Amino acid sequence: MEPAEGTSRRSAFFETRAISRDVVVPEYPELGLIAFDSPNDPKPSVRVEDGRIVEIDGRSEADFDLIDAFLATHGINPMVAEEAMALDDIAFARMLCSHDVPRTEILRLVEGMTPAKVSRILGLLSPLELMQAMAKMRARRTPSIQAHVTNRIDHPLLIAADAASAVALGFRELETTVPVLRDAPLVALALLIGSQVPAPGALTQCSVEEKTELELGMRGLTTYAETVSVYGTEQVFLDGDDTPWSKALLASSYASRGLKMRFTSGSGAEVLMGAAEGKSMLYLEARCVAITRAAGSQGTQNGGIDGINVTGSVPNGMREILAENVMATLYGLESCTGNDTQMSASDIRRTAHTLPLLLAGSDFLFSGFGSIPSYDNTFGASNFNAEDIDDYMMVQRDWGFEGVLRSQGDDTLLPLRRRAAEACRAVLDELDLMTFDDAELERVVTAHGSLDVAEHQTDETARAGDAIIEREITAVDVVRALSIRGFELEAERVLEMTRQRLFGDHLQTSAIFAEDMSVLSALTDPNDYAGPGTGYRPSSARLEEMARVRQERSHVELLAEQAPHSGCVVLTETGPAAVRPRPDEVVVGISPAFGVDVWLTLSGLTVGEALRQILAGIEEEGVHARVVRVTHSLDLGMIGWTAANLSGSGVALGIQGKGTALIHRADLPTLANLELLSMAPLIDASRYRLMGRNAARHARGEKPSPVLLPESGEPMGPRYHAKVVALINRESQCLRAGTPQEIEVTWPS
Amino acid sequence: MAELNYPLGEHNRADVRSQTGKAADELTVADIRAGTITSADAAVDPDTLRRQAEFAEQGGNPQLADNLRRGAELALFSDDDVLRFYDALRPGRSSVAELQTIAAELEAGGGVRCAALVHEAITHYTRRGLIS
Repeated sequence: MEPAEGTSRRSAFFETRAISRDVVVPEYPELGLIAFDSPNDPKPSVRVEDGRIVEIDGRSEADFDLIDAFLATHGINPMVAEEAMALDDIAFARMLCSHDVPRTEILRLVEGMTPAKVSRILGLLSPLELMQAMAKMRARRTPSIQAHVTNRIDHPLLIAADAASAVALGFRELETTVPVLRDAPLVALALLIGSQVPAPGALTQCSVEEKTELELGMRGLTTYAETVSVYGTEQVFLDGDDTPWSKALLASSYASRGLKMRFTSGSGAEVLMGAAEGKSMLYLEARCVAITRAAGSQGTQNGGIDGINVTGSVPNGMREILAENVMATLYGLESCTGNDTQMSASDIRRTAHTLPLLLAGSDFLFSGFGSIPSYDNTFGASNFNAEDIDDYMMVQRDWGFEGVLRSQGDDTLLPLRRRAAEACRAVLDELDLMTFDDAELERVVTAHGSLDVAEHQTDETARAGDAIIEREITAVDVVRALSIRGFELEAERVLEMTRQRLFGDHLQTSAIFAEDMSVLSALTDPNDYAGPGTGYRPSSARLEEMARVRQERSHVELLAEQAPHSGCVVLTETGPAAVRPRPDEVVVGISPAFGVDVWLTLSGLTVGEALRQILAGIEEEGVHARVVRVTHSLDLGMIGWTAANLSGSGVALGIQGKGTALIHRADLPTLANLELLSMAPLIDASRYRLMGRNAARHARGEKPSPVLLPESGEPMGPRYHAKVVALINRESQCLRAGTPQEIEVTWPS
Repeated sequence: MAELNYPLGEHNRADVRSQTGKAADELTVADIRAGTITSADAAVDPDTLRRQAEFAEQGGNPQLADNLRRGAELALFSDDDVLRFYDALRPGRSSVAELQTIAAELEAGGGVRCAALVHEAITHYTRRGLIS
């Protein structure tokens, strides 16, 4: 089809790219569609009278909205406010990135700052400076990571099995949610059981409406909570059915039951709810984070979250997201840093969103890496999902940053999934909640996602959920049922999660349980990053673990396919190669290991077949073919050129064991050639034959059309270069000094 | 009483008791099966939360400390009460009088800090026209 008048085929091509499905907008401050510095943002100010905060960001006490009022009473420290607010913005921005200013000094000063001040300062930092600040300011030294574990049919056995897989991969917090609210107790129970199968101590939560979520926690069916949302304008806060005071009491309610809890915020929410008051996203987020600290939450989940696509639609949106994450750390909060919603149809763009944060590190790199396939994610697809796990492992390996995950094979995962599914089935049966037959359990164990288990959801899950509530089933009942059915290890681990409530150690900032049940928190494991050689560094054992990805192949593995083809052609050296014995010949120069130690080319042809096609091609043109082995070089240009100087026609064809081939002529410089087929994986039998024919035509002084490789957009390097290195090493081991050898070719019968 | 050091589960595993006086390791699977241990035996003691509040304060977070102290107060109230208090503070749920009743109830049960929070809420909800 012809392109429309005035348009190019390139433009039409662009329309087919995934990035063209992303729709972005210009800044529109009146709607709050602006990342930094809205013209409507207030100027930073504070006034302290008699030790009380009586003005915040241009608004005096009488006009305080609920957020201002709560911050004045519980948030901004009047003892530090005047000192902190008098600091020059740039000077403080530099302190954030300086290795010489300790984290604790930053925390002390931010206590006295207003939201407008903090957001203005963070707006001054470049992406790199935000990363530096993040590395220094996060609370816990050791990074961790959270998973989403959900499925579209709320299948409890699949939840349990996927929880086990997630913990085996290294996730330390698991978050679930449900499409059907009545399923929540059942799904929470299944998640709890599965989470303790591979190792003790992973924390679990079920994200539902605030009050229901608290009830699940009180019953011990969850061990932490995160869906405690706060917003940056009074109107949206109220629309979210809370106030700063109710949220503060909710936080205390969790503490009263020994349950870990963090608040949630994130830019874009106020825009989505239509009441951003024309303020910038970062300013409103500063109000959220300040409220989070003031209400006594130990941490926050922020960085876009549900509003990420709103933030992503405006210029500088991703820098704003990273600034939000940094902001949480400036308030001394546990930073659970988003990356939990797919923010683009483009793989490049969604990766670009997440990578800077990964390299900088945070308390939880994701507040929900989708450990299940995107279609099963009932939060909506995460920015990274089960489909991306191997990609993530590889990026972690490339950079050596602490991405917290480790590769696991089916040999490890399948037994764990089976154990989790069986334990969950036993508990549901013992408690008369649901039953599952063996066939369904088998489908769960090997499933990639819920489509492998069942097409539809029955009403049974909701009825089981109701029964858990009505019969007041708690974690203690789960422990009993596990034990009665012989799952003693899991019973003990679930009980230990209940026991930990007596201590409350995990209520401190950034607390998690390591797999040995030790507590890692801002108190036991404070971030001490202060430049090179300090802070968290992966141990050598951990780097080894990161390096072991599923795609890793040793040279032995890479070369294993060679031996079965040994002897596919017999190449016998009969003495030094003859020099230009006849004018009507093409010499085929073979590399040192060709048909000696290398038997299979990169395209999967044997070296024998490649050689047979070349010789046949030369002979089809009525030209004589002769084979010599070049032993002193593995460089293809040198092999071809050496052979050309032995050829009576001056034309030769050179080929390496891996299959790369060229046509050379004696009067050309060594590194020149007449034709080169460099992409060995793409050279099939017909092309070797055509190379032979073209070499013969060159020998006759003709100018044949060059052999073309098939069109391919696939990058050859990442797929073949490890093998190339292994094959070149074999060539190298066959190198020997001396003159080329005449070869007699015979074919095994 | 032994000195309590963070993390309590590591340093004071035997010293910390639940509200019913049980140490963590007295909560056993066997006793759960025998029915001599129930969920009530796993309730955190207010004094433990107050000790955690001190740790939080030493760690530089007085707001987290306040929260843990309010939690210590709520620890002695039933699940239903705690859920009811929270619900009452949400927008549009209660009149001034109803919130005052809750504050009084909290105070009567030793919840001085939580009661103060409710009084603050009454002040600001009224000022912002949320309740009457």
